[in-house]
Amino acid sequence: MSDAILKAENLSRHYDVKRGMFKGMSTVQALGNASFTLHPGRTLGVVGESGCGKSTLARLVTMIEPPTSGRMSIDGKDVSETRHQADLRSVVQIVFQDPYGSLNPRQRVGDILQEPLKINTDMTAAQREADAVSMMERVGLRAEHIGRYPHMFSGGQRQRIAIARALMLRPRIVVLDEPVSALDVSIQAQVLNLLADLQDEFGLAYMFISHDLSVVRHVADEVMVMYLGRVVESGPREAIFAHPRHPYTQALLSATPSVDRNERQNRIKLSGELPSPIDPPSGCPFHPRCFAAEDTCSQVFPDREDAGQGQTVSCHRWRALCDT
Amino acid sequence: MSLLDIKNLSVSFGDFKAVDGVNLNIDAGEVAAVVGESGSGKSVAMLAVMGLLPWTAKVTADTMQFDGADLLGLSPGARRRIVGKDMAMIFQEPMTSLNPCFTVGFQIKEALKTHLGLSAKERQTRAVELLDQVGIPEPEQRLKAFPHQLSGGMNQRVMIAMAISCNPRVLVADEPTTALDVTIQAQILDLLLNLQKQKGMAMVLITHDMGVVAETAETVNVQYAGEQVETGAVDDIFSTPRHPYTAALLDALPERRQGRRLNAIPGVVPGPYDQLLGCQFQPRCRYAQDRCQHERPTFVGGVRCFYPRESAS
Repeated sequence: MSDAILKAENLSRHYDVKRGMFKGMSTVQALGNASFTLHPGRTLGVVGESGCGKSTLARLVTMIEPPTSGRMSIDGKDVSETRHQADLRSVVQIVFQDPYGSLNPRQRVGDILQEPLKINTDMTAAQREADAVSMMERVGLRAEHIGRYPHMFSGGQRQRIAIARALMLRPRIVVLDEPVSALDVSIQAQVLNLLADLQDEFGLAYMFISHDLSVVRHVADEVMVMYLGRVVESGPREAIFAHPRHPYTQALLSATPSVDRNERQNRIKLSGELPSPIDPPSGCPFHPRCFAAEDTCSQVFPDREDAGQGQTVSCHRWRALCDT
Repeated sequence: MSLLDIKNLSVSFGDFKAVDGVNLNIDAGEVAAVVGESGSGKSVAMLAVMGLLPWTAKVTADTMQFDGADLLGLSPGARRRIVGKDMAMIFQEPMTSLNPCFTVGFQIKEALKTHLGLSAKERQTRAVELLDQVGIPEPEQRLKAFPHQLSGGMNQRVMIAMAISCNPRVLVADEPTTALDVTIQAQILDLLLNLQKQKGMAMVLITHDMGVVAETAETVNVQYAGEQVETGAVDDIFSTPRHPYTAALLDALPERRQGRRLNAIPGVVPGPYDQLLGCQFQPRCRYAQDRCQHERPTFVGGVRCFYPRESAS
């Protein structure tokens, strides 16, 4: 495997929130101790339900926010050092979930695509335009539409514009925050194919954030499952989908509806809902909903353990679950 | 005769035909799914059945009967007595379909008062019972909560409680789980199916998620650009789809694919102003021939296509 382009160790992010007029401040741990690497030409899939810290992770990786603690380096350069930041920011780009909200409705497509070049490079106007045109063609848009406004495009086309914008500065890492969840199935397939082609062509490292397991299963090389700000399980795609070790991953997999009915096994039903991150449960954050929880789970936070084949899991009970 | 019988339903807004020639037949105790992409008219068709479309919509149908009563011929007052009582609907976004200015208790009791004429005390008992049925803990306290104080999953349970409050015979669920997380989606689908079985309701499930269809429904209607393109038993359609659109849609699913590239359907769904003369799917269809461009296929034998794929039987 090629060398990692991005290394993150124990990334954490806390937010201070006011709880009310007479109550003090409290801390939300949006992300705790996430460690991962991104490799050129490979995709890290990040899975979890709402409130699990996926988007916080995206904000840290794109350097929109600094981590509260932990280290992140790109190409061996520490991102917390200010002298690197200007250079590194153009290395990482992001595509957002909602193609209707992420494009400025008052800007023409050409201006949207040229803006990153205007700010970050000293290209001439003609060069910028030529670049924008070739990128539009690359993502499957017609070059003569360069003067159109975003509202004149369909959802799938807008997502192509967002992808083109992210690629204008030739980044090496692209964070895809639910890039296809707002799209219809037939359009979703087109966009996923486009993303795969672009990855091959530019050797991009993707961080693919999604709540849809069937999509992650299709695109990811490595998978990271998150729950309430914690990485509960990570490893190669085949391992995670063939033998999920963490009870949450197992539940998530069995809750995903499948088209092929013979694949349907006995559903693991999770009771209850996601607890509030302001007041997370003691011990393992998953224990109130877990079907395998025992006394230790509510007291001791489970450490990350190696489960073989590159798979790591944070659970007290995973060995016991394997045997049954 | 079936409980809900719809034949050749069309809805147009001015010149634009949002729904064209949709049929639906459902009996007590059955679950039928309506599946399609955005713009396929699946919600509009069911809103038309419920009579919830604005006056600008022109609704026509050969038959639109609920339990023998012609829905189109009813007076507005008589129709209102059916809608919300015998036919109820659950909407997609629980957060926006509940009124933020009133407690959920008030909103549940409203239907009980209007349709069943229960006294205040009876309403309270019934509302508590309903919240209990849909699996909301501490129902007495929750009745006093406003929608913003509850999570999305809880709000959807409240919507379900409202819908089943008058023991409806037909329940229309319009993308009931789309806004929810996967584990919550599984809970809500289980709840809906249990209630449906318990009460012997007919349920129409509108969704775009083929996985949800496969796991819940017995029959499925596939819609494309306002038209019904295929109908049949879920197992048959998912194993041997006959309409090229159904086949292509199933083929585009990531879970049906092993390699790196998906079999995407080229092109986009036609918009309101570029509806075609011939078959609506023809520009995106792999099997299209000359005839498809000029002539509109009719709905024959459960499929709207001149050249349907072979069925297994």
